[in-house]
Amino acid sequence: MLTVRIIPCLDVRAGRVVKGVRFQDLADAGDPAALAAAYEADGADEIMVLDVTATEERRATAADTVRRVRERISIPLTVGGGVTSVGDAAALLEAGADKVGVNTAAVSRPGLVDELAARFGAQCTVIAIDAARRSPGGFEVVVRSGTARTGIDAVGWAAEASARGAGEVLLMSFDRDGTMAGYDLELIEAVVAAVGVPIVASGGAATASHMVEAVRAGASAVLAASIFHFGELTVRALKSQLAMLGLEVRR
Amino acid sequence: MTANREVTVLQTGSANLASVLAALRRLGAEPEVTRDPAVVERSPRLVVPGVGTLAAAMSVLTAEGLAEPLARRVAAGRSTLAICLGLQLLGTGSEESPGVAGLGSFPGVSTRFPASVRTPQLGWNSVAPDGACRLIETGYAYFANSYRVVEPPAGAAAAYSDYGGRFVAAFERGGVVACQFHPELSGSYGLRLMERWLGAADGGGASC
Repeated sequence: MLTVRIIPCLDVRAGRVVKGVRFQDLADAGDPAALAAAYEADGADEIMVLDVTATEERRATAADTVRRVRERISIPLTVGGGVTSVGDAAALLEAGADKVGVNTAAVSRPGLVDELAARFGAQCTVIAIDAARRSPGGFEVVVRSGTARTGIDAVGWAAEASARGAGEVLLMSFDRDGTMAGYDLELIEAVVAAVGVPIVASGGAATASHMVEAVRAGASAVLAASIFHFGELTVRALKSQLAMLGLEVRR
Repeated sequence: MTANREVTVLQTGSANLASVLAALRRLGAEPEVTRDPAVVERSPRLVVPGVGTLAAAMSVLTAEGLAEPLARRVAAGRSTLAICLGLQLLGTGSEESPGVAGLGSFPGVSTRFPASVRTPQLGWNSVAPDGACRLIETGYAYFANSYRVVEPPAGAAAAYSDYGGRFVAAFERGGVVACQFHPELSGSYGLRLMERWLGAADGGGASC
């Protein structure tokens, strides 16, 4: 049986983790490779590296970060942040990423999704969507870390991107991100109903119960950053709780 | 760690090799990447990675004169580790690439997962080997695939997983180990399998 994936996310700027987790016996919590290796040892099913470096410096640092992380881990590595072309994605995949996420650039130019899927396959192509609730109801796509609302229907965009070849949706709730109030379950349910590819839930998790809710809503994986960054919950402890709550997890 | 860790990785064109190379190096091997048909035939151990479509990979194998040496190597049961699309290449074809023939090392055709499950399958699935498997053990392995075969080659030891029905997670025949999952991305489970595969060729013990 396919298990639920637990995916810690590392925000990396210029090769350093922005919000480092304090692991015992880990001298440098700012080193993405050491942190990713510690997460693997703790039972993480996949690692996400989100490169938040300013665009002009990113090309030089992102591939180097990916190369260093790949040397240390034997689990899947998804990389996102500032991918605007097939060339950007190729550099990350060659450095050792297994999947590449695209966000803002694909909203501006949806054909980028087709190009990535044709070149690297659906299983390498992740559409990352930041979605915010809008007042009459429904969800709209926000870009540039939430600073720009697009008016584009987030659920319709998820369906279009998967039809164009994206093999996974990384779905971030802009409203819930950082709130620790739980995932936006209505958002997950709406996208789950609209696409046939796996969905990774992101934004708002604080407890194992939140993750169970997301999976019950149809998510195939849960991504979290803060829940681990504050060091209150290890992946191993989280998986024990998820198993007790009835989810099948890899242990 | 054994002294002889000579292993060659076939550059099929569309595959991302970084994860495979990193895993082999972690096991003490010094992998060489090749597109040389003579090396494909002779190397003591060959890894056939693969992502992308059967049509794209077969086009590279045919254009570079690699298809026949690879098929001969597999038929002879020489030490070979085929990964993901690498397993599907050994069959006769795939629904994904209609009209394109695979290497034909076994009669399987790769078919798409049913619409009842989210496709591609991305994640860790449980692997259950039958009693004849020598290298593949019970555990969780990482899959990233939309197509799969449901019947293993006749006479092969096989391991199975379930995703919208039973499918072949891996099989062993002679020195050939073919995995639908990615051992290089399957944590300690995958590293142990690769370690056993590397070691099996040392003893020349690939004879089932």
